[in-house]
Amino acid sequence: MAILVDENTKVVVQGITGREATTFTLSMLEYGTPVLAGVTPGKGGQNVYGVPVYNTVKEALAKHPAINTSIVSVPPPLTKDAVMEAVDAGIKFISVFTERVPRIDVCQMIEYAKMHGTRIVGPNSLGMCSPERGKLGAIGGPAEEFKKAYKKGPVAILSRSGGMLTETASLLTINGIGMSTAINIGGDPVIGSTFMELLPLLEEDSETKVVVLFCEPGTSSEERMATWVKEHHFSKPIVAFVTGSFVDNMPGMHFGHAAVIVEGNSGSARGKRAAMREAGIVVVETHDQIAPAVKKALAGVM
Amino acid sequence: MRLKEFESKRILQSMGVSLPKGKLVSTPAEARQAAQEIGAPVVLKVQILATGRGKAGGVKFADTPEQAEQVAGQMIGMQIKGYVVEQLLVEEKLDIAQELYLAATFEEATKGRLMMASDAGGMDINEVAEKDPTRINRVHMDSWIDMHPFQAKELAYGLGLSGKVNSAAQSLFLKLWATFVSFDAILAEINPVVVTKDGRVVAADAHIEIEGDSMFRQKDRLAALGILDRDDNAKPPTEFEVEALKIDKADYRGVAGRVVEFPGSLGLMIGAGGGSLTLFDAILRNGGKPANYCEVGGNPPVSKVYRLCKLILQKPGVKGLAVMTNVFSNSRVDTLARGMIKAMLELGIDPATYPITFRSAGAFEEDAYAILRKYGVKYLGRDVNIEDAAKAAVSMMEGL
Repeated sequence: MAILVDENTKVVVQGITGREATTFTLSMLEYGTPVLAGVTPGKGGQNVYGVPVYNTVKEALAKHPAINTSIVSVPPPLTKDAVMEAVDAGIKFISVFTERVPRIDVCQMIEYAKMHGTRIVGPNSLGMCSPERGKLGAIGGPAEEFKKAYKKGPVAILSRSGGMLTETASLLTINGIGMSTAINIGGDPVIGSTFMELLPLLEEDSETKVVVLFCEPGTSSEERMATWVKEHHFSKPIVAFVTGSFVDNMPGMHFGHAAVIVEGNSGSARGKRAAMREAGIVVVETHDQIAPAVKKALAGVM
Repeated sequence: MRLKEFESKRILQSMGVSLPKGKLVSTPAEARQAAQEIGAPVVLKVQILATGRGKAGGVKFADTPEQAEQVAGQMIGMQIKGYVVEQLLVEEKLDIAQELYLAATFEEATKGRLMMASDAGGMDINEVAEKDPTRINRVHMDSWIDMHPFQAKELAYGLGLSGKVNSAAQSLFLKLWATFVSFDAILAEINPVVVTKDGRVVAADAHIEIEGDSMFRQKDRLAALGILDRDDNAKPPTEFEVEALKIDKADYRGVAGRVVEFPGSLGLMIGAGGGSLTLFDAILRNGGKPANYCEVGGNPPVSKVYRLCKLILQKPGVKGLAVMTNVFSNSRVDTLARGMIKAMLELGIDPATYPITFRSAGAFEEDAYAILRKYGVKYLGRDVNIEDAAKAAVSMMEGL
């Protein structure tokens, strides 16, 4: 089964003529992921590695009605509008690659998508994949590199870091463990799909037996996810790793008081570990320990 | 971008918010003159980018212009929270009847914005938030719709304000919200809002943080108010960090920066983002003594990697180099190898004998490994995990 990306995924890339989009489009095509169309205003009629480019998303959909997924890789000032254009055209799943999008723009595009029943992953997401089904975005790099790191199997990985998603996949692959779906949820404070919002999909996914989370300091997303896991009795084993412990000991600087009032004491690597352990999540201390912990969890459920 | 008090107040003033009479000064003589113009007694406040200056001795009062001059003489040049004080804001001393707390900010949990108000304004608002959260009223705003007047009204009555003060407060709430929205702030906080004994409602202190990612549409407006784009730092940057920042800024492609100086002897070129954090943790955990933190990723050009590597190798006390990254997605391994070798050759360092731990994998890894072999550098690939790579770097430094 896998989640979000599967054999039915048909993609439009918004901003396809940009430097990075061109590169990841090629890697997707080489991996066999159908990119049916691209959109760049003013460049309609051109093509990128044989993928036809249109001026608008609606035009692309009119020619390729099978499209059900968009990757947005346009400059930050244009990202909100590009996402809304895709939502408005009826696309129900959007992966936002662009980083440095203003926070209010992110909130507005998420709210707009929610009103129309569209799921967003990102912004600032390198992409995601379901091995042997397809990949979206730059995750794992060129197809031949991608194939070295990602193999099909029973483990879902959700990661706040793009680079460490591939490192984590590679670690599992070297240890003979494959993946159902691997997602870089994006590194920004406000994102379309948090850990907590993706876990229900993984609960329903029969292919996923164990979940691995790569966590980072900052925000309360791990803490809130841990509470959710406990309250909703999430049934699959979760193995989590929190990076950035040294940040806890850095001379941080609070600016104003609002952040402390809004977020309380959440955000530290130490606090995140404690909250997740309290919820029954297996938290490993070093990244390499993810592999044995996953093996042990798999032995318990398979 | 975090703003100093006087900068935040310039913005608030441009939005019509009432402020205490005040003047920015940088010498004791100017402080005396300011006190004369404003009318003593006055308060003198250091202008630094840190919260909590009051408790650190950065706020003092003066009853006469002469005293203002003398106090300013003590304050200018003093060090508070790592910052050398260069400027003071001299303001009228307010006759305080009540202090309120007011802030507009984002909330990651609700993916939206909110306004917070409390009748417990002042330096201890965090304690209030912890012990009695109900004393802080929170109004969540729609991401698409601005604050409605009725929301300001509800907040004002919620704080127990009445009469003229209530109306002035409502107007202030709407103006603060408008400031937050129109300047793309991620924080606009007035603490305290002072209600004076003669019924004025003024912003006595303010913290505004403009979102760096919105600078493309705010730069000109801020410049018109004399506020120039700059970087935030938890402490004033060291010379080494300033040099590294220049390297990263000189070329927009990719990242070879975010350098933080540490006192150790192991120079680090690590990446990308999450990978840097994980590697740095692993090096510390295994007893390593890093000379710096940094992030290299997002497919930087060789020239950028080379310049950063050269800077790190030249740092006094650096005796070994670890070039380590996670398995790359969108950067090239050969870029790292080329940049590193170029820096070493230029500095007259023999790559074959200098202590190096190189661990990276991904696109163009074969090219990278070929270059390293050519120069006699041993390397580690994806089959050596991050923890073991960090251990190798730490043990390489033993006895050096």
